[in-house]
Amino acid sequence: MTSIGTGYDLANSIFSPDGRNFQVEYAVKAVENGGTSIGIRCKDGVVLAVEKLVTSKLLKPNANKRIATVDRHLGVVYSGMIPDGRHFIERARDEARAWRDTFKTPIATADLASRMGGYMQAYTLYQSVRPFGITAIVGGFDSAAETPVDGEVGNGPACGAGGKVAGKTHGGPFLYMIEPSGLYWGYYGAATGKGRQAAKAELEKLDLGGPGGPALTMEEAVKEAARILYVAHDDDKEFELEMTWISGADGPTKGAHHEVPKALREEAERLAKQAQEEKMEE
Amino acid sequence: MEFGNSGSLREDGIHLDMDRLKKGEVNMAVTFKDGVILGADSRTTTGAYIANRVTDKLTQVHDTIWCCRSGSAADTQAVADIVKYQLELFAMTNGKPPTTQTAGAIFQELCYANKDRLSAGLIIAGWDERHGGQVYSIPLGGSLHKQPYSIGGSGSTYIYGFCDANWREGMEEADAVNFVKDALKEAIKWDGSSGGVIRMVVLTAKGADRHLYLPDTDYKVRHE
Repeated sequence: MTSIGTGYDLANSIFSPDGRNFQVEYAVKAVENGGTSIGIRCKDGVVLAVEKLVTSKLLKPNANKRIATVDRHLGVVYSGMIPDGRHFIERARDEARAWRDTFKTPIATADLASRMGGYMQAYTLYQSVRPFGITAIVGGFDSAAETPVDGEVGNGPACGAGGKVAGKTHGGPFLYMIEPSGLYWGYYGAATGKGRQAAKAELEKLDLGGPGGPALTMEEAVKEAARILYVAHDDDKEFELEMTWISGADGPTKGAHHEVPKALREEAERLAKQAQEEKMEE
Repeated sequence: MEFGNSGSLREDGIHLDMDRLKKGEVNMAVTFKDGVILGADSRTTTGAYIANRVTDKLTQVHDTIWCCRSGSAADTQAVADIVKYQLELFAMTNGKPPTTQTAGAIFQELCYANKDRLSAGLIIAGWDERHGGQVYSIPLGGSLHKQPYSIGGSGSTYIYGFCDANWREGMEEADAVNFVKDALKEAIKWDGSSGGVIRMVVLTAKGADRHLYLPDTDYKVRHE
């Protein structure tokens, strides 16, 4: 075994004697080399952002998007191997579609995270596959209103529904992060990729997990996200900032996952650069 | 020998149409202040013969989601069994109870996909935390309709006017029970293929509560 080390890292389905799966740990290394991705769960929605490293001057600016829409109300950003991420998104879209087909209603963010966590985990079990080289951040806004059944004839009558439990709220913004092992948790703020340590340190300073829920609004979070990615960025490489957001029905995106408007993104970047310069002067 | 769907007697005078056990001759579901009430008669017929005079046409598919079945007994039982299984699975895998809407969607999918082979008219009624009491109706073609109240079965033709005149939004439980009972009594009186006892299920935050009323006491007394 000397020429191939211990041999415990040769396949997925082999544990090392101390209970580790080396293939999964190597996949995590692939993630740690990717551009930083972050997600912030705000009072009124979710903000997703990624540091898109520019690998060639021949690439068109602002093309080749990295954050994908999975269903109207769901967005996914990831760090690591981009083709793996593309496959992950394809599967997430299938799951969201399948849910709508069976239950005639949009999939909840938690349910999508559960399905995709299960999917990633399956890729740690078999000889014939390798784990995903990505960590994905899933953001979504589950409708707080009463959702009509897809394909139903109209919304039905406004009258009639009595006996609701008073004072209970439903839906809202949600954020999940799924790792190559298939492990997933819900977060107030999530970061992954190369600059995750610095990004996490910055996220922890924000008012996200208070007793009354997150205090930050989406607009503030967009500016924070830009600032955090500038802080987490490794200076000598060029990068582009890509940001999306999802609000509730009464917010700027009307419940859908959209790119942050250009004007707001540029303003956020200007502030981020300014903060960076002020820091340098200190 | 050919078996028709008409249920009429043949020349031998003894043949009964066993191809279809027709049932659900009158049933209804009604929303009220705290939830929803389902009600039905209890007559099952094979042609002119009353095969069962105390049938239970109110079928539970989840804790507080029930349905009224009308049409072919075999078809509606099979569909309800499948949905019951699906909802149990849903509750387990998602860690939360299904909504009435979820149940309606699954029922509709089955009824629409197999519309050529089914004779099933369903009323789905349920209570859930988020939406309170809700009523969905799925008529023969497999369409889905959300309604404040719904009536179905052959006997329902006799009570359209009664229900339109007497249903009110946000009734108290006792008033809603009386409304359902009076409507079903009227259908039983006029429709030859409706009859027997009146069964009801009241679905609220407190769960499911069954009612039984017998013709012996003119449907006045609630029996256990």
